[in-house]
Amino acid sequence: MSEVAIKNMTLNFGPQHPAAHGVLRLVLEMDGEVVERADPHIGLLHRGTEKLIEYKTYLQAVPYFDRLDYVSPMCQEHTYALAVEKLLGIEVPERGQYIRVLFSEITRILNHIMNLTTYALDVGAMTPLLWGFEERERMMEFYERVSGARLHAAYFRPGGVHQDMPAGLAEDIYAFCESFPKFLADMESLLTDNRIFKQRTVDIGVFSAEEAMDWGMSGPTLRASGVAWDLRKSQPYDVYDRMDFDVPVGKTGDCYARYLVRVEEMRQSLRIIKQCLDEMPDGPVMTQNHKLTPPRRGEMKHSMEALIHHFKLYTEGYHVPAGETYTAVEAPKGEFGVYLVADGSNKPYRCKIRAPGFAFMQAVEALTKGHMLADVPAVIGSLDIVFGEVDR
Amino acid sequence: MDEALKDLGDYIAAALPQDVIGTEVAVGELMVTVRPASITRVLTFLRDDSTCLFKVLIDLCGADYPEREARFDVVYTLLSMSQNQRVRVKLSVGEDEPVPTATGVYSAAGWCERETWDMYGIYFADHPDLRRLLTDYGFEGHPMRKDFPLTGRVEVRYDETQKRVVYDPVKLTQDFRSFDFLSPWEGMNEILPGDEKANTDEEEGAEST
Repeated sequence: MSEVAIKNMTLNFGPQHPAAHGVLRLVLEMDGEVVERADPHIGLLHRGTEKLIEYKTYLQAVPYFDRLDYVSPMCQEHTYALAVEKLLGIEVPERGQYIRVLFSEITRILNHIMNLTTYALDVGAMTPLLWGFEERERMMEFYERVSGARLHAAYFRPGGVHQDMPAGLAEDIYAFCESFPKFLADMESLLTDNRIFKQRTVDIGVFSAEEAMDWGMSGPTLRASGVAWDLRKSQPYDVYDRMDFDVPVGKTGDCYARYLVRVEEMRQSLRIIKQCLDEMPDGPVMTQNHKLTPPRRGEMKHSMEALIHHFKLYTEGYHVPAGETYTAVEAPKGEFGVYLVADGSNKPYRCKIRAPGFAFMQAVEALTKGHMLADVPAVIGSLDIVFGEVDR
Repeated sequence: MDEALKDLGDYIAAALPQDVIGTEVAVGELMVTVRPASITRVLTFLRDDSTCLFKVLIDLCGADYPEREARFDVVYTLLSMSQNQRVRVKLSVGEDEPVPTATGVYSAAGWCERETWDMYGIYFADHPDLRRLLTDYGFEGHPMRKDFPLTGRVEVRYDETQKRVVYDPVKLTQDFRSFDFLSPWEGMNEILPGDEKANTDEEEGAEST
C-alpha cells in the first residue's frame, strides 16, 4: 500500500470553551492528535482599559485595575497606587503599608486557590474545586468587610488604603490562618500524589530557565523553571523587606512543578499574613495630605476647608507632576507592571499595563508544540491565564 | 541606587556612542534614548554584555505625542535578574517610519510588537507575523492614537432581518463629557494689586477657583 499524504486538520478551540478560562480562540493545526501549530486569537475581552484611563482622573482609574485580573484585584491596585505614589513622591503611613501587604497575600491565596482547583477540574478532578471555593468565599468575606465589595474592591488607593480595618477582622483573619493549612493538606492529599493528576501534568509544557526568560515569564511560572526570582524579595515594596518568608523554586519547569510552587506559595503567604497581623502598628492608613487623600466625613461636617478638599478631590482630582515610571509588583500570576506617563495634569497621559498573562499566552505555542490535544488545556490551566488581564 | 544607575547609563552610552542619544535617571529609573535604526544592536548589547545581562524583555509599548514631528515613542522595558536592575529604552519615530523588529533578540517581543502595531500603527520591519492582535477582525484605525475617539467609530448590533451582527456608526444619546479642569488661575504668577496680602502659594490658588 502506498503512503497517502494526510492534510493537517485545523481545529478551533473556543472562543467559548470551559477549559480556556475565558474567551480564548485557539486555532490549532493538528497532525492527528499532535499539535503542530497553535495560534491564539486574543482580544475578545478587549475593553480598551488603557484608553479609558487616559480620560479619567488618577483616582477614577483605580477601579479599572480590579477588572483586569478579576481573581486577584487588590494586587493590581497595588501596582497602580505605587506608581502614582512614586510620581507624587509621597510616603504611605506604616499601618497602611501593613494592610496592603496583608491583603496582597490574602489575594495571592485567593488567586492560587482559584487557579489550582480549576486546573484540577480541567485535568479531571472535581472535588478540590468544591472544597476550595468554600475557603475562597471565607476570604472574600474579608474583602467585603474591609472594602464593602467581594471582588472589585477599589481598596488600595494612591496614598494608602481607603479605610481602616473594622474591629474584629484581624482576629478572624488569624483564625482563618489557623484553619487553612488543613484545607491545603486535604487538597494536596487529593492531587499531589494522585496518579491521574501526575500523568496529566508531569513533563507537560516544559520550559527551561533560559526559554522562560526569553519568553518573558514571571511569577510561579518562572520559578517553576528554577529561577529564584521574586520581586517581593529582590525589589521589595511597602513592608515586604521586613517579612520573613521563603521563595519556593521548582526544578523541572513542567506543569506539575508550577502546581507545586503555587501550593508552597500559599503556605508562605500564610506566614506573611500572620507576621503582618502580629506587627501591625496603630495609626493612620492613608497619607494625611488632604490635597491627595479625602478628609474624614465627620471633619467635613464642621470644617469648610475639609469640604473644599473633598469637593476638589472628587471633581478635579489631584495633579501629578510630569514624569514617567515603570512600577511592578509580584502579583499572584507574575510580574504585573504599570508604565505611567504623567504630563502634569489630573489625568494620566499614558498608562500601559504589563500583564503577566499576556506573556504566558504568547508562550502557549512554544509550550504545546508537539504535545497532544488533551495537553493544551493542561498547559493553559497551569499558566494561570485570566483573560481580563491578557486582553485589557 | 541612583548612582549605580547613572554609572550603568554612562557605561551604556560609552559602549554604544553611535546609537545612544542620551541617558537619564529620574525617580530611581534609568532611561536610555536611542536611534530607531540601531535598536536591535542596543538590545543585543544590553542582553549579552556581562555588566548588563538584561535577559528579560518585560514590556514593549507605544506612546503617542501628536504635536511632535516624530509622533510616536516606542518604549522597551528590560529587566536584568543577575544585576537586579531595570532599564527603559526609548526611541521616537514618525508615522510612516518602520522600526526594526526585536523578535530576533527576545521571543517575547512578538506579541508586544503586534499589539503596538494594532494600537498605534507603528510598523515593525521584518516582523515574522505582524497581524492585529487585540482589536476585532476587520477593524480599521489604531485606537490608542490620541486622535482616535474614545467611543470608537462603529458599534455592533444583531440585525433580525439579516440574521447576523451588523456594524453601524456610533450613535450616542449623550455626548461624552470631557471637563476642562486646567484652571486659568494656576498659570498666573504676577500679583494683582491687593493680593500681596493673601497667600499666593499655588495650591491655595487652586482652591479658590
